[in-house]
Amino acid sequence: MVDVDPHGAEQQVKQPLLRMRGIVKEFPGARALDGVDLEVRPGEVHCLLGQNGAGKSTLIKILAGAHQPTAGEVLLDEKQVTIPDPVAALRLGIATIYQELDVVDGLTVAENIYLGHELARGGVTRRSEAARNTRAILKRLGHSEISPHREVGSLPAAGKQIVSLARALSRDARVVVMDEPSAVLDSEEVENLHRIVRELTADGVAVVYISHRLEEIRQLGDRITVIKDGRTVATSLAVADTPTDDLIKLMTGRAVEYAFPERPGVAEDAAPVLEVEGLALGDVFKDVSLTVRAGEIVGLAGLVGSGRSEILETIYGARRATSGTVRLGGKRLRGGVDAAVAAGMGLCPEERKSQGLLLDEPVYRNITLSSFARFAHGSWLDEKAERAAAQEQVEALELRPASVDRNARTLSGGNQQKALLARWLVHGCRVLLLDEPTRGVDVGARSEIYSLIRRLADDGAAVIVVSSEIPEVLGLADRVLVISDGRAVHDSPADDIDEHAVLDMVMEGSVP
Amino acid sequence: MRGRSALSGPALRMGGLVLALVLLCVVGIVTTGGRFASVGNITTLLALAATTGVVSIGMTFVITAGGIDLSVGSVLGLATVWASTLSTQYLAEDYGWWVIVLTALAVGLAAGLVNGALVAYGKVPAFMATLAMLAAARGLAELIAGRQTQLVEVDPFLDTFRADVLGLPMIVWIFVVVAVAGWFLLNRTTFGRRTVAVGGNPEAARLAGIKIKRHTLYLYGLAGLTAGIGAVMALARTTAGSSTNGTLLELDVIAAVVVGGTLLAGGRGTITGTVLGVLIFSTLTNVFILNNIDSSVQAITKGVIIVGAVLLQQWFAAREKATST
Repeated sequence: MVDVDPHGAEQQVKQPLLRMRGIVKEFPGARALDGVDLEVRPGEVHCLLGQNGAGKSTLIKILAGAHQPTAGEVLLDEKQVTIPDPVAALRLGIATIYQELDVVDGLTVAENIYLGHELARGGVTRRSEAARNTRAILKRLGHSEISPHREVGSLPAAGKQIVSLARALSRDARVVVMDEPSAVLDSEEVENLHRIVRELTADGVAVVYISHRLEEIRQLGDRITVIKDGRTVATSLAVADTPTDDLIKLMTGRAVEYAFPERPGVAEDAAPVLEVEGLALGDVFKDVSLTVRAGEIVGLAGLVGSGRSEILETIYGARRATSGTVRLGGKRLRGGVDAAVAAGMGLCPEERKSQGLLLDEPVYRNITLSSFARFAHGSWLDEKAERAAAQEQVEALELRPASVDRNARTLSGGNQQKALLARWLVHGCRVLLLDEPTRGVDVGARSEIYSLIRRLADDGAAVIVVSSEIPEVLGLADRVLVISDGRAVHDSPADDIDEHAVLDMVMEGSVP
Repeated sequence: MRGRSALSGPALRMGGLVLALVLLCVVGIVTTGGRFASVGNITTLLALAATTGVVSIGMTFVITAGGIDLSVGSVLGLATVWASTLSTQYLAEDYGWWVIVLTALAVGLAAGLVNGALVAYGKVPAFMATLAMLAAARGLAELIAGRQTQLVEVDPFLDTFRADVLGLPMIVWIFVVVAVAGWFLLNRTTFGRRTVAVGGNPEAARLAGIKIKRHTLYLYGLAGLTAGIGAVMALARTTAGSSTNGTLLELDVIAAVVVGGTLLAGGRGTITGTVLGVLIFSTLTNVFILNNIDSSVQAITKGVIIVGAVLLQQWFAAREKATST
């Protein structure tokens, strides 16, 4: 899989295809970019690395024509260009594939690919020609099984990404910018994506690749540019010669190890807080039983679609179990989410923005969303008390910026996650369910969130963590349940199992 | 209360609405002189605004929560008819004028709760559920009234609600009280907080433990209740119950709420804005009538104002997003 034939050596002589120099971008009241340099050669995978809020998104939006730089220049083939809008970017051969895939669900694959530059004669679209070309592009991407006439809405996330890529190719893109493309994919699909990226670069296309997964960058990247606080701190490092520690140091400005907090071990006589027995939800998962004791962190490892998120949501009452029981402190839970919350359960959902936060409300109201009624006198809100409680958590969790009045939308991923954890800290939880607590969270904030979760457990909470990252589950949890194809196929202390074994079990069930 | 950018946004929006209202008044004074600025005219203007205003307060809650209630006009009509049937009026003669009031409020509340139950528990889209109520309530009103206008002859009722208090008609005071109560309910109570949460992100609200179905039921109940209050006011003003009362009222109400700055998508609502929106439309109508301008021109102007207000809203929203990135 790791094809050790770095294009590096032969590329030394090549002229840069794309060059950005001294890019500055100011928003009213904020300087998002403060002198960024980027140099991309044809045929390379150039990784853009940086923490959340470092300015990566702003930079690629400038490349895509969505933002205009305040200062600095963009050169293509050593000629200065301006990119006033997205159409201009595409015309120059720069295509961007965003994290939120921008395909139209109701249109077919071919219609999506030719969206904005329809093949038409006299206003009548030339469907067969579009279909023919689409087929050719999809074949080039190794996905000839996708029909050009298929409605895009019926494709999985990986398929939509292929469509997005195909659209870029239909424009004869010479620079393809990919913003965390692997975040929505499972490991098999990631392999395929990597293969496609390698084929693109073999054809001389330059790929600017953004990812939080350092491992992935090691496998795929040729050179790396690191951005921190809107500035380039290192440019064009060769991937092969740069140790991971150095990269983390560059990104965070300090040496951070992927450190997990120490596991104090759960007392033998610790009382079981959460007892789940024979829980099932239709065809999604069956016969899940687990017990979480006070102070214990239980990790659920499994692929997307294995049923792990649904298990959490069913325990929480957000989905109605078809059979089985959930007990909290020995008392059986009935009813929906409100009953679970009243009994002392809290969930930090997988999709922070769409399931967790009121993005246009201030941070303190997000933190007290589960407890404002408790602060209230009768029906009368006590915003002063709410703000004080929120402020206390903001300081304890080192949420940045430390203001409770900013809208949740303005926070970075890691800080949004902290706000959600703060919600349950204020509410006071006996059982905390965490679904992908570090997705989209940068390396620095990750360790903080890990120790925060451990601290919650040390204070007596029973915690369940769902994660696609197996090292995270193994490093954080006391006990690990492996979920495969809707069943718990393994249950043991985290120390008794290693990453390889978990991976094996996870994969086995996923084979149809 | 909020951060800098969030504070300047609403303040600016309110400023714009006040400016629009002042401009309209200036136009009124310039084109008609004393006729607009007279005590009599202003009193009439406010009395006309009051009914729409009360119903708009209820609608503000529904729209803030991301819903819509198209039935308020019909429900108001039905409530005026039901509260002015001969049997209700007999009862009112025997027991007191409050029988009429209670009947109107009960009819409004009941219709609202039916809407709420359909939306919250039946999972019928709000647009369809309240559209069905719009048709059904109007039909029921016609059945009960037999397409006749029912005069209200209970004098204590008329005396109470047609009286002037401190120089203003009773129904204007009702609007003032409902608006102030609505402001506190939205901004200072758990009910208001739930409303904003449900409108801003229903899934997040649900997962935080808020009973969103029950709250939705209450919200439509509230909108129905304000339609019931509006019915009492309409009965007092016109002294008659009729199945045609409140025809197309829902359009004026929704327009006033949206022009006032409440987001049609939910998550942000403003009672002050709604009151200003109601006053702007009433003043506009008044100025046009005083100038003998055709009602068709008036309708066109209304349309332009609605579109302009929504365009402005989007401009503000885009600006705020840009500042917060």
